[in-house]
Amino acid sequence: MSGTGDSWRLRESYTFDRHVIAEIHRAANTGVYRIRGWGAKRKMPTLDDLVFLGASMSRYPLEGYRESCETDLVIGAERAARPLEIAIPITIAGMSFGSLSANAKEALGRGASAMGTSTTSGDGGMLPEEREHSSKLVYQYLPSRYGQNPDDLRRGDAIEVVVGQGAKPGGGGMLLGQKVSERVAGMRTLPTGIDQRSACRHPDWTGPDDLQIKIHELREIVDWQVPIFVKIGAARPFYDTALAVKAGADAVVVDGMQGGTAATQDVFIEHAGIPTIAAIPEATRALQDLDVHRKSVKLIASGGIRSGADVAKALALGADAVSIGTAALIALGDNDPAYDEEYRELGSAAGYWDDLQDGTDPAGISTQDPRLTSRLDPVIGGRRLANYLQVLTLETQTLARACGKSHVANLEPEDLAALTVEAAAMAQVPIAGTDWIPGDRRKR
Amino acid sequence: MSAPHPVTTIDLAEASLRELNQTLHNAREGSFRVLNPRGAHAVACGIDAGISVEIHGSVGYYCAGMHQEGSVYVDGNASTGLAENIMSGTVRITGSATMSAGATGHGGLVVIEGNAGARCGISMKGVDIVVGGNVGHMSAFMAQAGNLVVLGDAGDDLGDSIYEANLYVRGEVASLGADAILKDMRPEHVRTLAGLLDAAGMAADPNDFRRYGTARGLYNFHIDDVDAEVARRAG
Repeated sequence: MSGTGDSWRLRESYTFDRHVIAEIHRAANTGVYRIRGWGAKRKMPTLDDLVFLGASMSRYPLEGYRESCETDLVIGAERAARPLEIAIPITIAGMSFGSLSANAKEALGRGASAMGTSTTSGDGGMLPEEREHSSKLVYQYLPSRYGQNPDDLRRGDAIEVVVGQGAKPGGGGMLLGQKVSERVAGMRTLPTGIDQRSACRHPDWTGPDDLQIKIHELREIVDWQVPIFVKIGAARPFYDTALAVKAGADAVVVDGMQGGTAATQDVFIEHAGIPTIAAIPEATRALQDLDVHRKSVKLIASGGIRSGADVAKALALGADAVSIGTAALIALGDNDPAYDEEYRELGSAAGYWDDLQDGTDPAGISTQDPRLTSRLDPVIGGRRLANYLQVLTLETQTLARACGKSHVANLEPEDLAALTVEAAAMAQVPIAGTDWIPGDRRKR
Repeated sequence: MSAPHPVTTIDLAEASLRELNQTLHNAREGSFRVLNPRGAHAVACGIDAGISVEIHGSVGYYCAGMHQEGSVYVDGNASTGLAENIMSGTVRITGSATMSAGATGHGGLVVIEGNAGARCGISMKGVDIVVGGNVGHMSAFMAQAGNLVVLGDAGDDLGDSIYEANLYVRGEVASLGADAILKDMRPEHVRTLAGLLDAAGMAADPNDFRRYGTARGLYNFHIDDVDAEVARRAG
């Protein structure tokens, strides 16, 4: 037979595809595991596998422009003298100065502040530029305690005790030597240029009973002024959420496996944790069991949130707010096709680049190299982020109004249907056109 | 010269912990005496001024946590996280401390007249810790900066994954952790140690101590490059 060409006879192995072969070659050459940034790239069930039912004969929709659909959220009203009030249910996730440039941190603060929401410090202390330009800043309390001090603790508008993150539940931070500049090293009390690996466990508490005492101590230090969050990587969200509530959290942040990182082992990013769509319903169930859902303890979901559809679906599954990290960096210009040539010089391409760990970011976001960081104007970056947050909010409201909700927090699982069996089982909503929920855990 | 401040007494059998800590946080100067702590947690945490606090009895977790500037004296024992993340000032206890004493401290001086349990000085970042007795296992784990002085013995895995902190031990070290090694006692170390012993009010001869620190073998990933070797051989 003719006309098919040699390529028709080639068959790529499903088990040993080209990417797998390249990784084995890389491992054999270097003797070091692959370290990269970004979140899980594998295919997995996502919020895309859910659809909103919208209004119908039995549900009234709200008029798109004329009828209000509120988006505000208050966290910690029960225990904190100064609860955290945010105008939209979308916050900026913790990302360190060190992993990001000072300009990027400032841009995040400017963008979030313009939309009345909060940004979050990271593993490396509070940056003055960040505090100055963030009207609401959540101060992370991490195992490494880099740059951790009582003055910054009191300067925070909330405190987030980080137990884990979705990209690497059970793992600590990592910052490779190229990014450990003098300023970064100084804030962390480390020698410059070392490959810094932070602790994965807190140094002075172990388990939920200790955490309860730790949270009490933090409240005492700040005189009960601000709310306390507990952030967990999505692993066992039902139990972890219940224990966080027991320990006294005002908000539980659950980060699914799509959640990003600036640097960790690829094997960790791709093979640990559970998807966001599976984590939110389980965390919600724990809050409902304890009768605190949509009441005294708020749920913030993160990991792979990209659009207003994702935000609305996360809220419908029970979250009170979402957090974005990777999407916020993309809004600032990460993976911009304008830098495609430079991404290719780095052995990648715009749209694929994930080497946030190596300090060579052409967009100037995840680097400490002054030549590159100067490419990101924090004012322009802040405007881009604010615009993006605005779109997420408008999209969320669009879907909420279509479901007849005058507040986005009124979205509920009943508004959703699933397109796949996996999504139905994880999200605990019926497959579209049926009333079938695989492994139904609803109380009847 | 102004008259000395009268000592304010707060009895935790009557006052709440919240009242105690708020009183200490509101004060900018003065001396305080705390009675009946009865093992309460978070006693005198978050002090942020040059006040002096004497606690009569044993305390629970996180006594003098995130301490700054002032002095805290405990006549008794302390549980987990004594003076955790201390920034400056001094914290001294007459008894023993359990786990993670002086954890992540950035500065200041912590003196434990008795023994300290596991993870004493874990992730320390500049604090000086002087222990009259022994320290438990995994002490000075990931210690970044500062000095840990132990007049007695140290448990297993001392200084595991240590960075630039100095560890001075007079007695036996059960075992050293990853990347921790015995180092020379040079004259500057003897001087530093003498100063710390003096500041802690501990009578000991600095020349009786050995110094441990980092081998700096874990500071960077070791990356082989087989391809480069092959290219070199090919000329």
